[in-house]
Amino acid sequence: MRTPLSDNHVELGARMVDFAGWEMPVQYAGILGEHRHTRTRVSLFDTCHMSEFIIRGPGALSALRAALACRVDGLQVGRCRYGFLLNADGGIVDDLICYRVEPEEYMIVANAGRREADAAALGQRTGTKAEFADASDEMAKIDLQGPNALTALLAVAGPAARGLPYYGFTRIEVAGVDALVSRTGYTGELGYELYVAPEDVVGLWERLLELPDVKPAGLGARDTLRLEMGYSLYGHELDESTTPLEAGLQWALPAHADYVGAEALARRSEEGIQKRLVGVQFQGRRAARQDAPLLADDDDEEVGKVTSGCFAPSVGAAVALGYAAPGFAQPGRKLAARVRGTRLPGTVVELPFYREGTARKKVNNEEGQ
Amino acid sequence: MSDIPEDLLYTEQHEWIRAEGETGVIGITDYAAEQLGDVTFVELPAPGNELNAGEAFGEIESVKAVSDMYAPADGTVTEVNERLADEPGLVNQSPYCDGWICKVSLAETSQLGELLSPESYAKLLEEAGD
Repeated sequence: MRTPLSDNHVELGARMVDFAGWEMPVQYAGILGEHRHTRTRVSLFDTCHMSEFIIRGPGALSALRAALACRVDGLQVGRCRYGFLLNADGGIVDDLICYRVEPEEYMIVANAGRREADAAALGQRTGTKAEFADASDEMAKIDLQGPNALTALLAVAGPAARGLPYYGFTRIEVAGVDALVSRTGYTGELGYELYVAPEDVVGLWERLLELPDVKPAGLGARDTLRLEMGYSLYGHELDESTTPLEAGLQWALPAHADYVGAEALARRSEEGIQKRLVGVQFQGRRAARQDAPLLADDDDEEVGKVTSGCFAPSVGAAVALGYAAPGFAQPGRKLAARVRGTRLPGTVVELPFYREGTARKKVNNEEGQ
Repeated sequence: MSDIPEDLLYTEQHEWIRAEGETGVIGITDYAAEQLGDVTFVELPAPGNELNAGEAFGEIESVKAVSDMYAPADGTVTEVNERLADEPGLVNQSPYCDGWICKVSLAETSQLGELLSPESYAKLLEEAGD
């Protein structure tokens, strides 16, 4: 599948790869340059491949309350929250962001590769109580991310864009087209996700790239940026056999127990979890990649496995996310990764790996949440 | 179009070697560096290591990929490019000069005759669709 921006990427000299069935740009000039530009200036990402679902009607809130492991209670119009779609065992079907667009209308944004699974579960769980629609084909999305993102946004949008708090959103005109602008992202920097109609996205993309500070960035940089922040990626840290408890994401769970998966989570919590997400920072630049074994410091005992790893450009060393037995997951603990026979020494650290991110920065005296 | 200097010999796995008498300087080609993307780590051999023609002698890593480096000829490593430890990006910026990998004392200079000429390497890339 191609996004409305595919021709633009090819014209910009992007290297295209398959990602969850989508032909996507992995890099334009180079991953390291795009990574650094996002950390210091502002980058534009094509995220049209992601899925959007709409749940609407008087029963929408109660339907979502039961369908999602997400704190939708008390969610106000103009705010969004991170959460999950769980299976009955508490395993993660997908991770998502739930937006309250209108008093009785919610939008769920989720991973491209999980569209069918999400639509099936959401449709089945909400369809009898509310109107459910898969709006992925009617919605395009681009992400403007970096410390200068607000300056760039204000160059093409009115001052209404100014006061958005972290995880707040609004509907405004951007470069002459209707957009839902949300102060969210996957890079750790101040940034915005812009949802527009597919026929409007090419013009908006081109207009933003005309700004001197804005450069395109691909999925390669998106991955190194999110990894430095310790953000989980579905298919790596998260899957149907992993729960939010193991992934260290219990903060996103609702306080009530009326959602699918809640019972299993309570049981698993009581029994004690068998693995825990860890961030490991290595001494050198060599990366331990997915499936590399994590070893205890003093011997070759395998105590876990890497789920994502790369050289972290803004840290200056290789980092990895992975799962380790709970006894080996405390920050400060020495762990090594085995990469093709070589032992890479590292230490469990608190996340994020990169601590200078501007995502929650106060903008115009507005407190980020 | 990739840069393919006239004074070097090449392998099918995209290494180059410059023969200077009994010594050979080894690196990876502009094409290989471009294909890898930004290099983030080079596993350098240790001085004294024996290299065997056609066998892997180290790894080179970019943000997204890991690739073996293959020895163009038999020889003993005499020197490695220490700058690559902190500046692996030299392999992208200057694959034939500052981004060299190691120097070897060649076991048999006659072996070099089996390597690809610049013309043959250019043809290989052409066939690979570059």
